[in-house]
Amino acid sequence: MRIAKRSELTKVQIVLVRLAAVVGALIFGGVFLIILGENPLTIYTSMIDGGLGSFFRFRETVNLTIPLLITSLGVMVAFKMRFWNIGAEGQIFMGAFAASYFALNFAYLPKIVLLPLMGLAAMVSGGIWLLIPAWFKAKFGTNETLFTLMLNYIALKWVTYLQYSLWKDPAGMGFPKIPSFEENALLPKILGIHVGWVIALLLIYLAYIYLNHTKTGYEIAVIGESEDTARYAGIDIKRVILKTMFLSGGICGLVGMIQASGISGTLSVDLSGGVGFTAIITAWLSGLNPVMVGIVSFLFAMLRQGGSFIQTAYEIPASAAEILQALILFFVLASEFFVRYKFVLSHKHGTGVKK
Amino acid sequence: MNMISFFSAMVQAGTPLLFATVGEIFSQKVGHLNLGLEGMMLMGAVTGFAVGYGTSNPLLAIVAAALAGMAGALIYAIITVSLKANQEVTGLTLTIFGTGYASFAGNKYVGYKLPEGVSSVFAKTPFPILSDIPVIGEIFFDQSILVYFSYVMVIFLGIVLYKTKYGLNLRMVGENPAAADASGINVNRYKYFYILLGGALSGLGGAFLSLSYIPVWQENITAGKGWIAVALVIFATWNPYRAIVGSYFFGGLDIIGYRLQKFELPIPIYIINMLPYAATILVLVLMSIKKSKENKAPGSVGKAYFREER
Repeated sequence: MRIAKRSELTKVQIVLVRLAAVVGALIFGGVFLIILGENPLTIYTSMIDGGLGSFFRFRETVNLTIPLLITSLGVMVAFKMRFWNIGAEGQIFMGAFAASYFALNFAYLPKIVLLPLMGLAAMVSGGIWLLIPAWFKAKFGTNETLFTLMLNYIALKWVTYLQYSLWKDPAGMGFPKIPSFEENALLPKILGIHVGWVIALLLIYLAYIYLNHTKTGYEIAVIGESEDTARYAGIDIKRVILKTMFLSGGICGLVGMIQASGISGTLSVDLSGGVGFTAIITAWLSGLNPVMVGIVSFLFAMLRQGGSFIQTAYEIPASAAEILQALILFFVLASEFFVRYKFVLSHKHGTGVKK
Repeated sequence: MNMISFFSAMVQAGTPLLFATVGEIFSQKVGHLNLGLEGMMLMGAVTGFAVGYGTSNPLLAIVAAALAGMAGALIYAIITVSLKANQEVTGLTLTIFGTGYASFAGNKYVGYKLPEGVSSVFAKTPFPILSDIPVIGEIFFDQSILVYFSYVMVIFLGIVLYKTKYGLNLRMVGENPAAADASGINVNRYKYFYILLGGALSGLGGAFLSLSYIPVWQENITAGKGWIAVALVIFATWNPYRAIVGSYFFGGLDIIGYRLQKFELPIPIYIINMLPYAATILVLVLMSIKKSKENKAPGSVGKAYFREER
C-alpha cells in the first residue's frame, strides 16, 4: 500500500471529515472520563447545560466568546500570511494598559469621548506591541513566533508591576489592585450584555470584507501562499507585513480595552484569561474564515463555561475543557491528512516503491 | 554576592533549559520544529511529581516524567511525521494540551511537598572526589544527581551526533530527507526516534523543576522555560555543546532578580524579572542579523516529508 495525493474533496466532504474528527476527539475524551470513573454522557450534557442552561449561563458564555472571538480575528489576519502571532496575550495586556491609562487619568471626560479614546489607545498600543517583532521579521527575518511569545511575558511583568506597585490602589488596604474605573469609563450594556458583542459582530463583517474584497486582503493571501509569487507580482511585502501586523495587534489590543472596561472594571494580571492561546486553536479550526471564527469561538466559550460548571458540579478541574479543546484540534489536524491524501494499493501497478 | 554560589545556582537554574534545549536540537536535527516544548516539560513535571508523591520512589518518578514527555512527543510525531500536518500549529497545540494536562493532573497537588525520600535523592549531593576540586568542584560537582546526569547526557549525545554513523544519518534526514531516503535510511524511523528522545529530555527538564529545583507543586511551574529553550536552540546554532553555555547563561538571568533583591537597586524587581525574556529577544535579533551558513537551521525543518513528492 502507498499514499497518494487525492483530488480536491467537495466542501461537504471536507466538512464531514472535520466533523468526524471532532466526534473522534469527543469519544477519545469520553474514554478518558470513563477511566476517571465518570459517565461521559452526563459530563458532556452538563457542560452544555452549564454553558447555555439559563440566561445567566448564556451571558457568561457570551462574555467569554467576545474576547476569544475578537482575538481569534486578530491572530487570523496574521496567520493568513503565515506570520505566527503567538503574542496576542501581550497585545491584550498592552491594550488594556493604554486604555486603563486614559480611564484612570481622564475620567472627567464625557463617556462618549472617553470610551473611543480608550479603544483607540488600546488599538495603537496593541498594534505597536506587534509592530516591533513584525519590523524585525521584515527587516532581518527574526523568528516571530518566539519574539511575540517573549513579549507576552514582558507585557505580563509590566502589568504585574503596575498592579503591585506603580498603580496600586492606596485605598486598597495593602491588597494589590489597581483602582476601579469611574462609571463613565465602563462599557454600556445592550440586552444585558456589554457592547463588546456588537463590536465582535461588526469586526467579523469588517474582517470578511477586508480579507476578501480589498487589495490588501488579496495581497495578504498571495504572500501567505508564496512570498516568491508575491515578490514577482510586485507586492511590497515589507509594507504589507507591517500594515497587517499593526492591524492584527490592534485588534488584540482592543480586546484588552473591552475586558478592562466591560468585564473587570480595571486593569489586572488576570484580565486575559488565556484567550491569546485559545485563539490560536479557534483561528486555525475555523480554516481562517471570519464567519467560522465566530461560530467556533462561541462553541469554545461554551466548552470553557461548561468546564467551570462541571468543576463545581463534579469536582472535575475546569482545565478538562482546555484539554478537550486541544484534543479537538489534534484530531482535526490529523484529519487534514485524509482530506489531502488517500491510500492506494500499489503492487498492481508496480511503481517500484518498496515498503 | 558570593560569585561561586551564584555560578553554582546558575548551573542549577540552567539545567531544565539544558535538557529541553538538547531535546529540541535533536528534534530539529531530523527536521521537526516542535513548539510543544513548554507543554512536554509541564507534562513531565506534573507526572514526575505525582508519581514521586504517590509511590515515594524516585526512580519511578523520573522514568514516568520521561515517559510523559515522550507521550506528548508521540502525539506530535504521529500528526506531523505520519500525517504530515503543520508543525507550528501542532506544536502550539501540544503546548496548550500539556498546560491543560498539568493543570488538570496537578490540581490536587498544588502546594504539596514531595516526600523526604524522593526530594532528598534529588537534592544537592557532592560528587565524590570531583567536588573537592576548588571552584570547579563547588560550581559543577555539588549539584543534584540530575545535573550530573545532564553532563553525561550532553557529552553522550554530542558524540552520537558528531562521531557516529547514526549521527551522520540523522543529520542527513534533517538536511535532505529525500537524499537520506534514497541512500536507504528509514527516514520516518529516525524522525520518530529523535522526536521521542526530544520529548523524553523535555520531560526530564520539567521533572528537574518539580523534583529537585522546587520540590513543591505549583501551577505553571515552567514559567516559559520551554519557550526560552526553543530560542536557545537558535542561540546554540543546533550544537548540543553550545547549548550548555546558553542554558547556564539564561539560568543566571533567571535567578539574578532574586539575588539582586537585597541590594535595594533603583530598578524595580518587576523590571529585572523581564530580563530572561528580553535577553531571549536580543539573542533572536542578533542571531537573525548575523546570518551565516553555519548558523542555519537544518534544511528541512518545518517541512513535511512526502516520499512521492520528491
